[in-house]
Amino acid sequence: MSLLDIRGLTMKFGGLVAVKDFTVSIDAHELVGLIGPNGAGKTTVFNLVTGMHAPVAGTIEFQGRRIQGMRPWRVYALGIARTFQNIRLFGMLSVLDNVRVADHHRGEAGLVHSILRSPKFRHEEKRTTDRALELLSILGLDQRRDELARNLPYGEQRRLEIARALVSDPKLLLLDEPAAGMNPSEVGQLMELILSIKERFNLTVFLIEHQMKVVMGVCERVVVMEFGEIICTGKPEQVQCDPKVVEAYLGVQAEESQQ
Amino acid sequence: MTGTRRRLSPGWLALIVTVLAYAALQTLMSTKVINPYWQQVAGLAGIMAVSALGLNLVYGYTGQFSLGHAAFYGIGAYASALVTRSLGPSIWTLLLGIAAGAVIAGLVAFLIGLPILRLRSDYLAIATLGFGIIMKVLFDNSDAVIPMMGGSAGMTGIARLTNFAWVFVFALGATVVLRNLVFSSVGRALVSVREDELAAEAVGINTTKYKTLGFTLGCMYAGVAGALYAHLYAYLNPFNFDFLKSIDVLLVVVLGGLGSISGTLVAAVAWTFLLEGLRVALPASIQDWRMVIYPLVMVVFMIFRPGGLFSGTEFGFLKPRSARRRT
Repeated sequence: MSLLDIRGLTMKFGGLVAVKDFTVSIDAHELVGLIGPNGAGKTTVFNLVTGMHAPVAGTIEFQGRRIQGMRPWRVYALGIARTFQNIRLFGMLSVLDNVRVADHHRGEAGLVHSILRSPKFRHEEKRTTDRALELLSILGLDQRRDELARNLPYGEQRRLEIARALVSDPKLLLLDEPAAGMNPSEVGQLMELILSIKERFNLTVFLIEHQMKVVMGVCERVVVMEFGEIICTGKPEQVQCDPKVVEAYLGVQAEESQQ
Repeated sequence: MTGTRRRLSPGWLALIVTVLAYAALQTLMSTKVINPYWQQVAGLAGIMAVSALGLNLVYGYTGQFSLGHAAFYGIGAYASALVTRSLGPSIWTLLLGIAAGAVIAGLVAFLIGLPILRLRSDYLAIATLGFGIIMKVLFDNSDAVIPMMGGSAGMTGIARLTNFAWVFVFALGATVVLRNLVFSSVGRALVSVREDELAAEAVGINTTKYKTLGFTLGCMYAGVAGALYAHLYAYLNPFNFDFLKSIDVLLVVVLGGLGSISGTLVAAVAWTFLLEGLRVALPASIQDWRMVIYPLVMVVFMIFRPGGLFSGTEFGFLKPRSARRRT
């Protein structure tokens, strides 16, 4: 059975149809790419899956459970974590707290335990801190733990967002243009990172990317969108040759890069 | 709490220093070195601190801009005064009154918060402002329903049950509770709402819940402050709970620094004593200039220290061990 099953997903903003009849099924432990020209509706698909928007029509099933229209924090608790295209960290919180806050939903010691500093509170605080530090060290950010998130350089902010997304042990990770704004050597490191965390945390990854190097390098399967609709699905090398894709997207890119 | 360290933590040290400072102040007060007028001012400073800590929780930590804080302060004041006047003055009815002030202010905040906390920043400010005006009108006309409340003529006959000692204990308690709350998982959830509501939802924070929680607790602080005020001043006038009073508290929070307990405490005391101090310090001929000096302080402050006195930092002793920077 597939982990994520999207059927006939449709989203409209006013008169604009952002996503139309989008159907994709992702198996556990797969790494699927979502590509397409700007404005194709890729991020909208992510927003629908994570509950940021409620779809006009269609269903989203995660582990056999319907999640469309659920509030984002509920979707997250089920095991779907994401990063954002334009990094959205909690700027005035420390690096450590940015990760710890994403583990909050698992905590059981609420207000009263916190105010009384009960043993239960201390225990949970230690558990969540240890867990957060573990992730920071995996992502090479442990030396930055006390820094304010907004003071980190760009590349480290991207990694911090990934650390934050992983702290809750998600089953499905949605990465929205993780390589945006990175130079070629950083992109190489990012690809290794994606593959290594996928193995380490037994993740299923769904990623939006514009850099073909990343898409072709790590994705096992690629879904191509244009004007809100899927125009093609397949292995990276198949997709690359599909005339519809070349026309819609890759062709333009190839010409540009040859200039 | 790993075994080897048994040294006094800065937090406990600060608590001991605080108690000693309190003992010194109390001695000076009972020997009349500090006269009753300044005792009252000290009490008002503590009440301002409690109220401003509450608004800092609402605005500074949770990021919900409220212009109606004085309304909750008023609710606490009237509710507690009704309790002690109806049940007779005693320490127990006072405690009950303070609890009633906190609970009723919190309950009203919860009910009003559910619909209006959906609004963002300036819209929320207008909605809370509107609520504050409605409450002022209700206080003005309260005698129509409960004659004891006195309407626009004010409520009299309240026993003077609190003094500096009471206010001090509550201010200290309010500080410790807020500090423990802020440096916890709940506190981080509140701040994440302030920083980026959408991202907070995306990492599992039920933002509706935490906005309502922050707002309700902050308004309970206002309720406690109001209850203390009612029994320190022994007279309540709706005029003291209007929109300008909300601005006063907001000023203290902003001048002290949003999201800083230390800043709020220092600013609350400094502001109250500045207001009263200038009254004494300035010769009669230029008394009217006071009303120029305060706004000027604000303008200069915002130009040179927009983050307030503490810009989001704390005294070291207010931070728990885990939050202190490693050296």
